[in-house]
Amino acid sequence: MDIEAIRKDFPALQQKVYDKPLIYLDNAATSQKPQVVIDRITQYYQRENSNVHRGVHFLSQTATDHYEATRTRVQQLIRAEKLHEVIYTKGTTEGINLVAYSFGEKYVNEGDEIIISQMEHHSNIVPWQMLASRKGATVKVIPMDETGTLDLEAYRKLLSDRTKMVAVTHVSNSLGTINPIQQMVADAHAVGAAVLVDGAQAAPHMQIDVKALDVDFYVFSGHKVFGPTGIGILYGKEKWLTDMPPYMGGGDMIELVRFDKTTYAGLPHKFEAGTPNIADTIALSTALEYVESVGYQAIADYEAELLAYGTEKLRSIDGIKLIGTAEDKASVLSFVMEGIHPYDAGTLLDRMGIAVRTGHHCTQPVMQFFDVPGTIRASFAFYNTKEEIDKLIAGLQKVKEFFV
Amino acid sequence: MERRDIQEIAAEIIDEFAFLDDWMDKYQHIIDLGKSLPPLDEAHKTDENIVRGCQSQVWLVPSLDGSQVVFHADSDAFITKGLIALLVRVFSGHTPEEVLNADLTFIDQIGIREHLSPTRSNGLNAMVKKMKMYALAYQAMNKS
Repeated sequence: MDIEAIRKDFPALQQKVYDKPLIYLDNAATSQKPQVVIDRITQYYQRENSNVHRGVHFLSQTATDHYEATRTRVQQLIRAEKLHEVIYTKGTTEGINLVAYSFGEKYVNEGDEIIISQMEHHSNIVPWQMLASRKGATVKVIPMDETGTLDLEAYRKLLSDRTKMVAVTHVSNSLGTINPIQQMVADAHAVGAAVLVDGAQAAPHMQIDVKALDVDFYVFSGHKVFGPTGIGILYGKEKWLTDMPPYMGGGDMIELVRFDKTTYAGLPHKFEAGTPNIADTIALSTALEYVESVGYQAIADYEAELLAYGTEKLRSIDGIKLIGTAEDKASVLSFVMEGIHPYDAGTLLDRMGIAVRTGHHCTQPVMQFFDVPGTIRASFAFYNTKEEIDKLIAGLQKVKEFFV
Repeated sequence: MERRDIQEIAAEIIDEFAFLDDWMDKYQHIIDLGKSLPPLDEAHKTDENIVRGCQSQVWLVPSLDGSQVVFHADSDAFITKGLIALLVRVFSGHTPEEVLNADLTFIDQIGIREHLSPTRSNGLNAMVKKMKMYALAYQAMNKS
């Protein structure tokens, strides 16, 4: 993998902030975009702009073809059995809300249980709480240990014939933990529960295989996989999607509209009301093509190297405590500094040109568990380098000097 | 002690920062100000006094000393606390009218405006709003 060449593909990485070369280590929040993605959006608005699925004219047909081509690329990439099992959303959050609403309407009743984990992002907690309060169901939580690893034994004890849904993250955004999804799905299926996996943090790091995982629903966001904001993917097994009621009503999701009765369109359009985010959907395909050209295996190998290097370097600094030390981790380093608030550290690193995220990362229960106000999080993508990690380490040493 | 008005104090702060050349010295000074601001008594760190920011927490305790508003404040982050120290220095010991009419352009001039941005989730911007709200309440109290 030629990192220098790859970095040149990302214009945002070429800039300086506060007169210093930008070191972008906030990839778990969002990734930078390669020039091809930016160009694809521009090309659409310059030459292809028109509405999809409606026109009889040339532009509309072209736009529809490109728009639908993304669905095919995603289907092949994630190995979905059927094309219409791929639903476009605004992002991961919308995908989870859609399932919590539509699946919940159809299958969740009073006394039923939904299982989530202690390391979930707020967007994989709140929609289930909303569903539970709507239906009189209960949300149960899989605990984790001090390394940030889920307690699978406790999980199995939570499963019962009351469990209707297990909603769990593939990769934790605040800890980096990679959860054993395949095993968890098998356990859930054994009691007849469906599984939704929040793949927002997994999709940038690994090829998702919904068939091998045997998940019922899998959601991720375009903007974290080097694509645009405002487009995300919901994969759902046909057997569920067919029976689930629509989430939003409007254009494109209907078959026939009468004032006395309206019938809905089939999949996937039943879940895609209104004019969609056409440009960004098309550009998502370009982003995924780019990632595939870099290669998932090459990405995984290189990021493992960055993670090992960064972990070792961080451990060499006195007063730094890593939060999230699971055995199986994505390239995320979350940590706290003794006596230094994450906000202060983040502010000072920012002035050195180093972009990290600080705070609770929308996982307040995780912060509570580790009894910290927040963490400093450096998250790597395949365009980051060991030199950048060295600069982060030097930056952290400098931060410490401010507080001596 | 001679009572100085808000503008004079603000000018003094601008002078103080003018001697600091680069960002590192400025932030060092802010952090030192934060360290030297006496911590609030734990008893005052109540839900009622908390100003919630996503990133750092701020506690603000107002009181009225004769005709003057006095603020005590604290934060769990030192940079936030240093900025609080500046605001307390500017606002405390003035009448509610003076607090309400105070302009905060000195924050701009010392080059740390970004921390007071409404989109910065550190609680500072909300704290300034709260300080002015307390001043408004005291003003109404004085009139009645």
